[in-house]
Amino acid sequence: MADRDMEAAVAVTRFGLGARPGELAQVRADPRGWLKAQIRPQGADQPQADAPTAQQRIAEFREYQQDKRQAKADGDAVPDNRDPVKRAQRMLRDETGVDFAARAQLAANTPAGFRERWTLFWANHFTVSATKLVTATVVGPFEQEAIRPHVFGRFAGLLGAAETHPAMLLYLDQVQSIGPHSAAAAYLKRPSPRGVGRGAQNPLQGRQVGLNENLAREILELHTVGVDGGYGQADVTEFARAMTGLSIGGFRERADMVGAPIFRALAHEPGDRTVMGVRYPAGGKEQAGAILSDLADHPRTARFVCAKLARHFVADDPSPALVERLTRAWTTTGGDLAQVAATLINSPEAWDPTPAKFKTPYEFLISSWRAAGGAPRDVSVIAPTLNALGQKAFSPPSPKGWPDDTLTWAAPDAIVKRMAWAQRFSALAVGDRDPRVLAAEALGARLRATTATMIARSESRPEGFALLLMSPEFQRR
Amino acid sequence: MSHPALSRRQALATAAGFGLSLNLVARQAFAASEGAQARRKMILVICRGGMDGLSVAPPVGDPDYADLRKSLALGDAALALDGAFGLHPSLTSVHALARAGEARIAPAIATPDRARSHFEAQDVLESGAASVYGAQSGWLNRAIAGLQAQRKVEAISIGATAPLVMRGPANVSSWSPGAIVDAEARLPTLLQDLYKDDPVLGPALARGLATETMAQSALGGDAMTDMRATRSGMAAPTTVAAYQRQGQDAARKLGQTVAGLMREPNGPQIAAISIDGFDTHANQGAQLSTRLGYLDAVLDGLHTGLGANWKDTVIVVATEFGRTARINGTAGTDHGTASAALLLGGALKAGGIVGDWPTLKPAALYENRDLAPTLDMRGLFKGVLAEHLGVDDKALESSVFPDSGGVKPVSALV
Repeated sequence: MADRDMEAAVAVTRFGLGARPGELAQVRADPRGWLKAQIRPQGADQPQADAPTAQQRIAEFREYQQDKRQAKADGDAVPDNRDPVKRAQRMLRDETGVDFAARAQLAANTPAGFRERWTLFWANHFTVSATKLVTATVVGPFEQEAIRPHVFGRFAGLLGAAETHPAMLLYLDQVQSIGPHSAAAAYLKRPSPRGVGRGAQNPLQGRQVGLNENLAREILELHTVGVDGGYGQADVTEFARAMTGLSIGGFRERADMVGAPIFRALAHEPGDRTVMGVRYPAGGKEQAGAILSDLADHPRTARFVCAKLARHFVADDPSPALVERLTRAWTTTGGDLAQVAATLINSPEAWDPTPAKFKTPYEFLISSWRAAGGAPRDVSVIAPTLNALGQKAFSPPSPKGWPDDTLTWAAPDAIVKRMAWAQRFSALAVGDRDPRVLAAEALGARLRATTATMIARSESRPEGFALLLMSPEFQRR
Repeated sequence: MSHPALSRRQALATAAGFGLSLNLVARQAFAASEGAQARRKMILVICRGGMDGLSVAPPVGDPDYADLRKSLALGDAALALDGAFGLHPSLTSVHALARAGEARIAPAIATPDRARSHFEAQDVLESGAASVYGAQSGWLNRAIAGLQAQRKVEAISIGATAPLVMRGPANVSSWSPGAIVDAEARLPTLLQDLYKDDPVLGPALARGLATETMAQSALGGDAMTDMRATRSGMAAPTTVAAYQRQGQDAARKLGQTVAGLMREPNGPQIAAISIDGFDTHANQGAQLSTRLGYLDAVLDGLHTGLGANWKDTVIVVATEFGRTARINGTAGTDHGTASAALLLGGALKAGGIVGDWPTLKPAALYENRDLAPTLDMRGLFKGVLAEHLGVDDKALESSVFPDSGGVKPVSALV
């Protein structure tokens, strides 16, 4: 190999999440082997052992909503522990905040940075955002349950786990979608009983009953074939009809089913469906399952997702040859993500020493902690900065997830804010260490002579470390 | 900095004596003669997620409206404009401006994109292209680049990330509240040196620092402290209503701050602001009230903050697409086609709706589902750029909105 030092630096800083002190020296012996050893059938690392499940969190949220209504009915004199706003703040801090801090700590500490970057790619591909209060506490469990176990399996398995997970069903409004000609719709639309003693009040009386096509559209557009994938409005509607019935258990189900994924056969739209020219016979949940399975195998899906992988790992504008190679690996192995990851590692384009990708705020902060050999203590030391840099914790602004291109993140205001943060961070983090050594350990062969000279001439340790963090080669990967 | 008493020749002579670049002074002299145009301000507000035009400007006089929208229909609750249209009850400031002849609606407007995808539609809205092509630059940036060849034009995007509409050949700044730069430190100077060969980081840092300095001067130290307090601290609000009030206070302050930046000497004449959260698939009523309240507060902040400059200002509020004419199964609406745009500003000519109303008759709906567009969004943007900022027709049809010769600029707006 031409330059083992450069290969080690590229492996750890581009494929991985940045170098911790001492890491480059260990990787140097076999950079490619180090990357491939991180691929494993059991999937990603889990940020928290024995973490609460999505089902528990949803059940808790449902109980919270019920209590909120009750507290309103009870009027004033609601004790503090039942105050709805305070309870919501507590949930966000103790649950969402703890989940996010655990994920950031894993990223800052892991010796398998490639495995975590690969995982973050898929979590972002199947975005569930905390921008809705109802999903705010389930993003962490979603990643743990639906994403992390499946990132080196077949894409079809990952797709099925992500789309049918309660967090996704809530985020993209599938939970309430009801087939317009289903038995449930007929029941809910029946005339209300008049007079006293004519049976139970219909709890959904007056509510709209019908389809919601949000999840169907985003699966096609964002998760599988892509916006040019050859589908139209009719396909979206048909797919949405096929998915009716996929929901989560509410208070009318058995207690142990609250918040669990369920299929409500009575809410399923009866009849055959046609999606992208394929006819799917009438049935229950297997109808949507068959469509998902076909979408996973669709050649457009392979190309769409592989192009996105190449953009994330290699360059905003990757070479067609790289996309082609990844796509071929995908299609010849039936979407085996372990094989796709190995193909990426074997691709010469990915080893170009020029840092081509501008770090997102999360990547910048995590790699800064890694360079310092530390990790964020809790959510309060990372979330406000992410917020100011435009990447609020667990909260992409749309189902498309976070962009990762230079033009999005290198705006003037963002650079000033990165600098202000680097100034404060390095004053706390550098201690009595030599910034010249920290720079060599963080960037290895990717450290440029001009940067090294400027760091060597800095007038204080914090200034030198801040220069490293703000250097063009550290801002990129 | 122009000096009207000095003739152009005198100015050149004076400048030569001081060793200033002749080209720079010539440009300034030219700008002085174009003083009126240089004072003009334009602000683009992009509402992301597909803002429901039928709720922003409810067609209360359309006989089909109430039945299509059912529980979402805004009947008597709408703020009356005329017999045909009203405004959403959260848009109180917009309503006051409309009553004063300083706000108008374009009730059935759309980009040329028909795919009903947020991301494709936002690309088309911002790139100015006739169809999606993964553009790397935005129409507003290219319009600015053209103007910069003639006169000094500064522009800014508000927010931590740069929206597509403001990306491109012209260098523009960006700003959001919250940066604290230690002016004593050497780091900014050292970094400018370290970035001198970096095509991205060098210009970005220089512009960011210049804007931050301007913001601190525009706001004064106290105001900056207030903004930070509003964002991150003080006592947390204890009721939902207090949360919403705090959000609106922050929104108003944001509008006032942007206005303050635009009033600074050498401040930007053109600004772009994005507001998220308009994708209302379920339980639309409450969500949209909050988001439109936020939008209204930003607009009110811009209006009050611009003060004497309001008379030279046009604000355009636009979204990537409207939503289905019918309420969906979950008390919301799905992705549709035409939506409403808002025009505001003291420079605006008073008038009725911009564009025609297609009606909500079953046969008039686009694909039996959405409000049909009667106006191409590019025509509205072109009209504002041409009449208000003086962008010439040739640039509008080629570089700003490629291949848009068939799309007429809306006229008589200002």
